[in-house]
Parts: sequence; C-alpha cells; structure tokens
Amino acid sequence: MSLIYPRDGLSAYPKHLTPAYKSTVKRAPTKPLVLMPHTLSEMTGPIYGHDAIQDNDNDLTKQGKGEPLGERIIVHGHVLDENKRPVPDALVELWQANACGRYVHLVDQHPAPLDPNFTGAGRTVTDKAGYYKFITVKPGAYPWGNHHNAWRPNHIHFSVFGHSFLSRLVTQMYFPGDYLFPFDPIFNSVTDERDRARMISTFDLENTIPDWALCFRFDIVLRGRDKTPEDMD
Amino acid sequence: MSELTPSQTVGPFYAYGLTPKGRAKWDPNGHYSWKETIGDNLVTPDVVGDRIRIEGGIYDGDGKPIPDAMLEIWQADGQGRYSNEPGSRRLPNTSFKGHGRSACDGNGVFSFDTVKPGQVAGPGGKMQAPHIVVCIFGRGMLRQVYTRMYFDGEAANAADPVLALVPAERRDTLMAKKQGNVWRFDVHMQGDKETVFFDV
Ligand SMILES: [Fe+2]
Repeated sequence: MSLIYPRDGLSAYPKHLTPAYKSTVKRAPTKPLVLMPHTLSEMTGPIYGHDAIQDNDNDLTKQGKGEPLGERIIVHGHVLDENKRPVPDALVELWQANACGRYVHLVDQHPAPLDPNFTGAGRTVTDKAGYYKFITVKPGAYPWGNHHNAWRPNHIHFSVFGHSFLSRLVTQMYFPGDYLFPFDPIFNSVTDERDRARMISTFDLENTIPDWALCFRFDIVLRGRDKTPEDMD
Repeated sequence: MSELTPSQTVGPFYAYGLTPKGRAKWDPNGHYSWKETIGDNLVTPDVVGDRIRIEGGIYDGDGKPIPDAMLEIWQADGQGRYSNEPGSRRLPNTSFKGHGRSACDGNGVFSFDTVKPGQVAGPGGKMQAPHIVVCIFGRGMLRQVYTRMYFDGEAANAADPVLALVPAERRDTLMAKKQGNVWRFDVHMQGDKETVFFDV
C-alpha cells in the first residue's frame, strides 16, 4: 500500500473520541477507520492564489468604520510542511472572538458586547517563503457549556490549505502562559506537552512595533510528502 | 517525534469566517456578508461534465442532525482531471477548481452544485470509480474525518480499488442515491448506519 504522505506525525493529533470534551462522545467514529492507499484524489488539493483574497483581508482592524477595541496585535509566521519546506500560496483563514470574548456568530449567547468595528474574520495567502501576517486584536476568553465554570483560553481559529487534501488543517492558536490551559479539554485533547507547545504562539518582541502593536509568532506545520516522493502517475 | 501542528475543532462559530454566504440568510444584520472564498457551488461556465446537485444530512450517535458541521469536497472534473494535478494532465483550459465547502443548516443539511467527476487513476494505474473526497469538520470533532462519496449503480464501482478495501456490508454507506434530480448522501457519525471513514 503506497502511503506517500507519512502518517506517523498524526500521533500529535487529538483522538476523535476525547470524553473530557463532551461533544466528541456522540460525534466521533466508533468503527475502525479503513486504511487506504493515497491515490491522486488524496495527493492533490485545491490551490487558492492571491485572487482569492482582497487587500486588507488580513487586517481585521480595518474592516469597520473605526478601529476595534482591544489590544492591537500582529500574528505572523510561516506555513511549512513536516520536512520544513515552506508552503507558498497557501490560503490561511482565521476567525476569532473580539476583545471581550464574543463572536459575531448569531448562535453566540455570551453576554459580552459586540464591537461594531470588529467581525473577527480574516484571510491571507502565504508568499514564496510560506510567510503570512495578520493584524488583529487579542481575543478575549469566553465561557462555554462543557462543564461547570468552563472557559476557553484565548485563542484564534485557523484554517489552512497545503499542497494536498491530506495537508488540510483546522486548528487553534493559543497565547503563551495562559492560566486557563490546565482546565481546557480542547487544548488538552492533545495529550503530549511537546505537541501542545506547537499550538502556542510565542511572544515576538523583535517584531513588536514600538508605540503600536505587540507581535506573536505562530508557525504552522502541515502534513507533507515523504522526502523521497514516488512518481504520482 | 511529530512536527505537525495538532488539529483542533472548528468549533461552532466558524460560519461568518468560512462560509459567510451560506449563512447569510441566518443573519439579518449583515455580519455574514463578507465575500466568500469557498462556497457550495463549484460550477464554472467552462467546466466539463454533467451538472449534478448533491444534498445530504449529517447525524450524530443519537440520530440527531449536526447543525454546526462543515463539509468540504474535492473532486475531478467530468474528464477525471484535478485542477491541481502535477504534470501534463493539469487542467489546461478551465477555471473549475473542484473544491467546495458547505455549512449545514439547522437540520444538519448540506448541499453542493457541481459536475459528476470522471474516473481517475488509482494504485498501479487501475482506474477508480467516479468519486468525491469528503472532508468533515464540526464542533465536537477535534480533527477532520475523511470519507468518499460514490455514485450508486455505477458499473465501475465493482472494480474500485478503494471500495474493495471496505467490508462489503458497509460499502452502501458510501453510495449517494439518485432521488429525482438530486444525489442524496447522508453521513452518520455513529450507529448501525455509521459511514465508513478512512484512515489516510
Ligand atoms: Fe473559539
């Protein structure tokens, strides 16, 4: 069976069934997944070039009439594959709560104010070096119903495309030193501390802009082809 | 030691960012009015293939609809060509992307307008039956699940190398059924009718 995209790295991913995160109990597959070879259908994937985005789609502070409230931050980094090769032309989409911990989404019932100048959605495409950059505000923590007094650590949701449909990744970026980490079953669904560390951005003083915005670095590593690729045809 | 950034759930609030158009009707205040990058209509004016509409529902272990799931599909055009294929078979002359994304409504219902894919090569050059790769995200799903949609009644199904790996009694969970003008494809995360998900 030809497995051109190694599966080993997937050990870092959470298990589908993670009972501490209650919603997984009725939504995780219960039967064994069927192992299958990687065919052209899995090894190809959509590429969204720069025509998919518009100017300022990556600046979430410029989507309203005025500036949103909250701590202005820069979030940047590289999209790489697991062999440390940059992933250029990768569509990176993000969405997040506002500084008060409230999403624009209609279903969000958290009694915290919406910000008329903040929708909390952005997108960009990586450059040749796999580099991306967003300007936004730091999202607030918010409560959720998983268990008594459950609060999500501050986080930004990311959706990323790589070179194949197997490289597709949806994840969340966290902030360093969050005191809610020990209590969050979603964060801790990744059971190895070293794996969890790769979901936490690092504070980037070097790229913090004086008198303007703090900066955080978040590199995103996607599944990639084996170092010795076989012929796909 | 893995180097991968671990997956995390898409959560319940992705719609205004990832599928704004699909949810626009839910939002009288216009918060979902952002330009959509990836939608549920894959048809382009120049696409090669027979137009089809896919509809389905996604259900949890209690048989309840999952309203906050999100489905993405990836497929070849009517001639079995992927838009991002290496080498000479790369689509030469069409803007068809072959990638779609659908939010679910309150009843867990999703839909796509697309074309029926042609056959593409599988392992060892053996042809695969027409199929669409389906990738599913949702609240309560910490990582995406992969499945495939095949077309019920297709002669090529009998020789498909991937279907052959699926226990015979479960293959039907991968078959979309023709209902009038629509191909119906339901996804059951659990239970007797649990859809086959692939370890890829
Ligand atoms: Fe969230």
